Amino acid sequence: MENQFFVDSEFLGPEALARKHQLENDPSSRRNHMEYLPGMERIQSDVMEKVLTHMNSYDASKYTARDVQTALQHETCSIEDLKAFLSPAAEPFLEQMAQKARMETRRHFGNTVYLFTPLYIANYCENYCIYCGFNCYNHIRRMKLNMEQIEHEMKIIADSGMEEILLLTGESRSMSGVEYIGEACRLASKYFRMVGLEIYPVNSDEYRYLRECGADYVTVFQETYDADKYETLHLMGHKRVWPYRFEAQERALMGGMRGVAFSALLGLADFRKDALATALHVYYLQRKYPHAEMSLSCPRLRPIVNNDKISPLDVHERQLCQVLCAYRIFLPFAGITVSSRESAEFRNGIVKIAATKVSAGVSTGIGDHESKYTGKENGAAEGDEQFEINDSRSFAKMYADISEEGLQPVLNDYLYV
Amino acid sequence: MQTDDKLIIGGHAFSSRFILGSGKYSLSLIEAAVRDAGAEIITLAVRRANTKEHENILDYIPKGVTLLPNTSGARNAEEAVRIARLARELGCGDFVKIEIMHDSKYLLPDNYETIRATEILAKEGFVVLPYMYPDLNVARDLVNVGAAAVMPLASPIGSNKGLATREFIQILIDEIDLPIIVDAGIGRPSQACEAMEMGAAAIMANTALATAGDLPMMALAFRKAIEAGRQAYLSGLGRVLARGASASDPLTGFLRD
Repeated sequence: MENQFFVDSEFLGPEALARKHQLENDPSSRRNHMEYLPGMERIQSDVMEKVLTHMNSYDASKYTARDVQTALQHETCSIEDLKAFLSPAAEPFLEQMAQKARMETRRHFGNTVYLFTPLYIANYCENYCIYCGFNCYNHIRRMKLNMEQIEHEMKIIADSGMEEILLLTGESRSMSGVEYIGEACRLASKYFRMVGLEIYPVNSDEYRYLRECGADYVTVFQETYDADKYETLHLMGHKRVWPYRFEAQERALMGGMRGVAFSALLGLADFRKDALATALHVYYLQRKYPHAEMSLSCPRLRPIVNNDKISPLDVHERQLCQVLCAYRIFLPFAGITVSSRESAEFRNGIVKIAATKVSAGVSTGIGDHESKYTGKENGAAEGDEQFEINDSRSFAKMYADISEEGLQPVLNDYLYV
Repeated sequence: MQTDDKLIIGGHAFSSRFILGSGKYSLSLIEAAVRDAGAEIITLAVRRANTKEHENILDYIPKGVTLLPNTSGARNAEEAVRIARLARELGCGDFVKIEIMHDSKYLLPDNYETIRATEILAKEGFVVLPYMYPDLNVARDLVNVGAAAVMPLASPIGSNKGLATREFIQILIDEIDLPIIVDAGIGRPSQACEAMEMGAAAIMANTALATAGDLPMMALAFRKAIEAGRQAYLSGLGRVLARGASASDPLTGFLRD
């Protein structure tokens, strides 16, 4: 089964509609996704080649129960072991993998679970990514917060007790430029101990500027490491340029960011290959930048505004858990974030095994924290959400739930120096 | 045990030779470390203390305990120096443990940057305890730039693998006139005991306690092990454990004049 991503909005004019259909139906109408656009920095790096060589030759069906059993016995997990853990042969060993993953998590992180919340400050987007609620052809309420509105949102979030924030925008340089984001970072560092960014990929000098503004951690989701599949999902805009996106974390580290986060969006392509590539992306960059902090996310596809049928297909909770256990065993030092895309039950379970960070008090909409946190409608405009969340627990509820599980919620472990 | 057997660091005297590390924190861990392990020094990660209302570790620290703020998170000497100054501003006192890691995977200390940070902070009047990879030349440099103690790692932090660097720690104990505090990797009381027998001045541990099934019982076990090792060291340790063999009849007994 495949997802039906294409939805035509009645608000699109005939010309826009024709262009949209052309992009969808005629691959030759799309720009070469492997070609950098003018202004995009090119760096010298062998990381991409290393990751792709492994991914392209990975045949998950070749691994056997014996390979998985051997991998379970190894003290350090090799790349071959990782491939076995991600294979279908590992599914019957999920409980053993979880036991091993939990041991690694406790050894490296103790019983701590970090809490953060995302803050979307704009949802304008110049890209046509067919699975995303913010895509430029999707008819949603668009919004970009001004600095006063951003500060208002930040105050509400900070008052709830949260100390770490992740700032997000839609991917539009023209509507949310680097300076606009930089100003938001300056504000955020007034209210929060740690400021992360999840924005469109930028050049290393721009990352340096954003770090000077107070950001310290950059998250870029590759969506899928299968460049051919990527091409069929990201039909238009700068996001279509696959290699520039792949190198974003490395440029961020070159720009002085302390840490970087990675992810494939599971459900877009072969999730085993994507999970392998994600883990190896972390692995090779860590070898090249040993001081950098690394973390992983594991989002699965979710329904969006105007398309409630999008699903993560063959990536069920068991498969997601398998991927997370494999990540943890292979990369014991890496943080693992599980977002509110997943249910409260799943998140309660996975923090005991592999996850080290969860979001709480989440809204993926724009300018709606006051109404969502306090129930108070102030009549201000709000922008639509990127995707539907699944776990809507507030900060206080999440804090209490984690404590009740015998784990220790941590709001900040960080010092901007 | 001799009552006047004190651990002296930077002119301060301590009766306990167990120091709680900062890796994994919880209220029950701190309680057990103080009550059952007898800790008088507790390490505090400044980056964790730099928090607002919830879970501020500073609120957990009992009165009468000496805080040892560490610079974890620092990647070079400059960052460590800034964190140390911040610790002083936060009211953590003059003690500081230098931790400079340029490696997010094994968290191994960067000896070169550690020497630089030690020099700067010692000049500013801090009581500096540098965490280091056990290298004699580095230890001598640390002495020369004003360290108050030297803290070699036993094995990678959090690994519970014990005295993987045993021979090199022994060299530091033999050659360096400052207290040698074995830090990182001590996973069992027996390993703590062994390090103390070797002549280590104190043991720092965290994960070994934090991950134990019965925290207070493990804390007590560490206290006893450390005391036993210290007593064995002070007793002049029998020939059995001395390095090198010694014959019971002297080889030179035949010499007459």
